[in-house]
Amino acid sequence: MIDLNSKISKSVASVPPSAIRKFFDLASEMKGVISLSIGEPDFVTPWSIREAGINSLVDGYTHYSPNAGYTNAKKAIVNYINRRYGIEYEHNGECLITVGGSEGLDLAARALINPGDEVIIVEPCFVAYKATVLFAHGVPVTISTRQEDDFKLKAEDLEAAITDKTKYLIMGYPGNPTGAVMTMEDLAPIRDVLMKHPEIIVISDELYCELNYVSDELSSLARFPELKDRVVMINGFSKSYAMTGFRIGYVLGPKELIAPMTKIHQYCIMSAPSMSQFAVVEAAMNCDDQVKAMRDEYNHRRRVIIKGLNDAGLECFTPSGAFYAFPSIKNTGLTSEEFCERFLMEKKVAIVPGSAFGECGKDNVRISYAASMENIKTAMERLAEFTADLKKGK
Amino acid sequence: MIDDIELLKIIEKDPRITPADIAVQLGAAAEEVEAEIDRLKEEKILLGYTAEINWSKSYPEKVTALIEVRITPQRDRGFDNIAKILSKYDKVTDCYLMSGAFDLLLIYNDDSLKNIAEFVYNKVATSEGVLSTATHFILKKYKSNGIFFEDETTDDRQAIVL
Repeated sequence: MIDLNSKISKSVASVPPSAIRKFFDLASEMKGVISLSIGEPDFVTPWSIREAGINSLVDGYTHYSPNAGYTNAKKAIVNYINRRYGIEYEHNGECLITVGGSEGLDLAARALINPGDEVIIVEPCFVAYKATVLFAHGVPVTISTRQEDDFKLKAEDLEAAITDKTKYLIMGYPGNPTGAVMTMEDLAPIRDVLMKHPEIIVISDELYCELNYVSDELSSLARFPELKDRVVMINGFSKSYAMTGFRIGYVLGPKELIAPMTKIHQYCIMSAPSMSQFAVVEAAMNCDDQVKAMRDEYNHRRRVIIKGLNDAGLECFTPSGAFYAFPSIKNTGLTSEEFCERFLMEKKVAIVPGSAFGECGKDNVRISYAASMENIKTAMERLAEFTADLKKGK
Repeated sequence: MIDDIELLKIIEKDPRITPADIAVQLGAAAEEVEAEIDRLKEEKILLGYTAEINWSKSYPEKVTALIEVRITPQRDRGFDNIAKILSKYDKVTDCYLMSGAFDLLLIYNDDSLKNIAEFVYNKVATSEGVLSTATHFILKKYKSNGIFFEDETTDDRQAIVL
């Protein structure tokens, strides 16, 4: 009898299945659960964007697009980036349209890593960073950011993590799961460290860029002209435009890096969905108002969540972006898994243990406010009851 | 400092919301919100609170008509005088001055087509300055004031998404 498990590639087998799989199954099977564990917008995609996708089908655009994407979609994207960030990219050669931001992470890893290369990952972070590095036979080197630093990357921590094997740094701000934002001022010391290490590439995941509640100015390491030629920006429409199901994202960067990524994309994906590329043109060009309306609503919910966490006696740094709060549950004496499992079983609210996002998240939980105000309020009432129960030793 | 437009949008979306809840959403103090609401009422910016009701379910006899009215504007008063007079009828819920082929649009609610017809030919058509009318009946409401009448959207997202 063949042992199929032994046939699995070591790099794939080395990545443990999601630690919270059991918890996930539990939450999916229970009835009447309020879920604040979802990392995608609750809004339906704005109608004009959906309509643009529909119209492309009506007009017969049901074929492969050019590998890197339709010219009009790439132009819409680079114009949008120029308008919002003030950064200039050429639509031809410096822009690749991908299947979501996640494909960009995978392409970056496969295009850049030789076996044994180190990749610096700023944690707590989106779960795919580490996995894509391991799949590509890289060695993840993690930096733990801290609640007392508002989960911002510190220059000294970066400096300490760099070795002569470091291939690239990957970081995501505004951050999942923390909601942390790094301003240009915060990024300046990071730039200074990187200027001392001119061999290091930066992969900057900016999927949540529009969901910033403290500033209209979008920050990115790519905005430093002296760094731009080695920064790959991974971005997309999933989070800011509520387009997760369209599976559309993009990478922007120097031609020399976009070309090998396009090569992999060409062989493995062929091209991003044509329908979604038409939807993107509408999103990038005409939907600032809809994005603002969603951002305002998230901001209202954010404040309700923060008050709810304070009322429940959980210490939380004030998140400035994305749609997550990441409070500490250390004072309850429970691990983040125990906290989430008991909260689910006893109060029927699903949230995610911080440990899912890296070792340094083990004292925190991720609460998503991509949910209706009504559900958020009810969940916060239940959270206050839950922490009161814990105090009473129930 | 409270952003009036943001405050008004919150109230428009949920007229029953309390000042304390608004205060949390805006990151302001409840007293500040209350004072601002008072000011908006005083300045006749915030005029009232309405409910969106699907009357066809609880009161199917109710008929709503849109009445287009063409009028001769009066010297010095333009359209205002006659618009104000027609607005005074309780069953006229809305009255707008319009651009285009007619001048005033009235929205009128009553129990029967007959009652509406009587209103049009007894009250509107005979008013001084009215040249002609055209009446349209609403057959079915799909969306009103941003609210869908038959929308059954449920949150079918996966329970956990990382």
